[in-house]
Amino acid sequence: MELSGAEILIKCLQAEKVEYVFGYPGGAVLFIYDELFKQNKVKHVLVRHEQGATHAADGYSRSSRKVGVALVTSGPGVTNAVTGIATAYMDSIPMVIISGQVPTHAIGLDAFQECDAVGITRPCVKHNFLVKDVKDLALTIKKAFYLASTGRPGPVLVDIPKDVTTDKCKFEYPETISMRSYNPVVKGHSGQIKKAAQLLIEAQRPMIYAGGGVILSDAAPQLTKLVRMLGFPCTNTLMGLGGFPATDKHFVGMLGMHGTYEANMAMQNCDVLVAIGARFDDRVIGDPAHFGQVPRKIIHIDIDPSSISKRVRVDVPIVGHVPDVLDDLIKLIDAGKQRPDAKALGAWWEQIKQWKTKDCLRYDRKSKIIKPQFVLEKLYEITKGDAIVTSDVGQHQMWAAQFYKFDKPRRWINSGGLGTMGFGLPAAMGAQLANPGASVVCVTGEASFQMCIQELSTCKQYRLPIKIINLNNRYMGMVRQWQQFFHGNRYSESYMDALPDFVKLAESYGHVGISIEKPADVEPALKEAFKRTEELVFMDFITDQTENVYPMVGGGKGLTEMILAEEL
Amino acid sequence: MRHIISILLENEAGALSRVSGLFSARGYNIESLTVAPTEDESLSRMTIVTSGSGDVIEQITKQLNKLVEVVKVVDLFEAPHIERELMLIKVRATAKDRDDMKRMSDIFRGRIIDVSEDTYTIELTGTGHKLDAFIEALGRSVILETARTGACGISRGQRVLRI
Repeated sequence: MELSGAEILIKCLQAEKVEYVFGYPGGAVLFIYDELFKQNKVKHVLVRHEQGATHAADGYSRSSRKVGVALVTSGPGVTNAVTGIATAYMDSIPMVIISGQVPTHAIGLDAFQECDAVGITRPCVKHNFLVKDVKDLALTIKKAFYLASTGRPGPVLVDIPKDVTTDKCKFEYPETISMRSYNPVVKGHSGQIKKAAQLLIEAQRPMIYAGGGVILSDAAPQLTKLVRMLGFPCTNTLMGLGGFPATDKHFVGMLGMHGTYEANMAMQNCDVLVAIGARFDDRVIGDPAHFGQVPRKIIHIDIDPSSISKRVRVDVPIVGHVPDVLDDLIKLIDAGKQRPDAKALGAWWEQIKQWKTKDCLRYDRKSKIIKPQFVLEKLYEITKGDAIVTSDVGQHQMWAAQFYKFDKPRRWINSGGLGTMGFGLPAAMGAQLANPGASVVCVTGEASFQMCIQELSTCKQYRLPIKIINLNNRYMGMVRQWQQFFHGNRYSESYMDALPDFVKLAESYGHVGISIEKPADVEPALKEAFKRTEELVFMDFITDQTENVYPMVGGGKGLTEMILAEEL
Repeated sequence: MRHIISILLENEAGALSRVSGLFSARGYNIESLTVAPTEDESLSRMTIVTSGSGDVIEQITKQLNKLVEVVKVVDLFEAPHIERELMLIKVRATAKDRDDMKRMSDIFRGRIIDVSEDTYTIELTGTGHKLDAFIEALGRSVILETARTGACGISRGQRVLRI
């Protein structure tokens, strides 16, 4: 029996066990929507803007380790989705985006709602396809899911012209797939792993620096085992939080531009550094020349060879799937008789403890105005550290990263690479759908939140009981902070006048809104919100306008050239 | 430093723009780029002449390998290799200059492949330097038009680039 392209697509999604598709209908995808309507295995979540669809698919993926799927129409549908696709690309999130396209005979003729989707998305996808013949559709979808989820994951776009969704052919979904031009490495090179083990054993001042690759590859158990077995200090990047338990004694906090003093100092001054699923990016090590001033041996484990020796030369590169490499490394160290030099390690920990006494995250706890850090500490206490926390981008994101202690992977969901404001709420929707019983919190600010505020409507339609923590300081806080530090206090266009009444706004969408203006009301409000397990609660915390994120490494500065609260 | 990178890639629509897009997006230089199908029609071979430090060239080859349609990448500069470029050059060749032109073409082992009343079209292959030298030797005033392919290259001896 022959099936139409639209039927084939839905059958493919079913075969891939796709639970949710986040999308928005339009002319070019009408036949696909018609087929979605006729079945109930693949559920569709109707967003209010295509950016929301891609972020929701992204949040779904990050919180569930499954491939996120978005479905958008041609032209503006796909251009609206681009920000979400680029966000997923920068953070290596496995996603498949299906976009409608004008019929094949109309391509290139400036048809209504036509755009070159493959061309526009090319620089921000792992790969993309234009399906010109219905006979290629099933195989292309198979390839898309395979490419998205293997190797270094990433978004894959499949552009389907309208006539391909009505053309018919026999349907057969391939069980397996192999591509001669795509063979991601899994096992690490044993010789390199041996060298790495030797370096670790001989280290006097070791440091383990783990990033988002640990989360994406589900290597948290192996990382935790390795760190505890060696007794080394461990830091996580913004993307890696939860990859190693934040409450473990070996954890020295997040590193980087807003990392802890002790993490940045240890990173700079170590003699053997192990980078695991991390990429030495500019927000993490600052100026690479400054970082290179201290001699140290670097071991770098990553699935993507192009991440290795990109910004920093490494001594022992190991290309492979992180959990496999770590398993091999653990086995090797376990089997050997040598152990790290306890005396040297003790002295190193003493030094780290010394750095810790700076208490770099302290803030004014007696303030009569709500301090954003205080809200996040209370949030951590009340949720017992067990919530899935999404965030937008800015100061609130950094405070959430600093003050919410993530002990488990896939609990911290933020746009680290692209830094996309508007990410938090739709990502929380995806996370809530993937984890129906979980507490899902979106930490945001009044500026970020307004970038995808329309999704409050989606939350109502699907009864998503997300808890929104709006740290409302009436400024684009991080922009204001940079302007204060580096632009002579000229707050150019970073103040938002005429904000909406967020409580009324939440209520108008059918949600619960609470405004909190005093520190004493923070805890009761949070408790009240989490009692409402069936409802979305928007908490508008009116916070200190002048609060800054510390420590801070200025743009282009060295990692240890930190601005600390006490220095101002 | 100058490098010649040879790439085998799937002979598919869009593969070329993925490669050229990578170079522009990451700020790598392209001196020349040639591409054509190989004896196996499913594959194209692309030759890119680029320049950059060792670190940059390493990144270029890694980034190229990451493209899903790229099957193999070789930096020809890693081993002895041969490099050739083809140029078609149309020159003014009027009565008194025609013999000179013919002689010059012979010296450079070019071939005159088209003749008109007052022009010659010469085919010349060689390294880029040789083609440059020919242009210099002729003098720009007699050149009407040039078409160059950009370099293509191949390793010497046993080394082969194939799947």
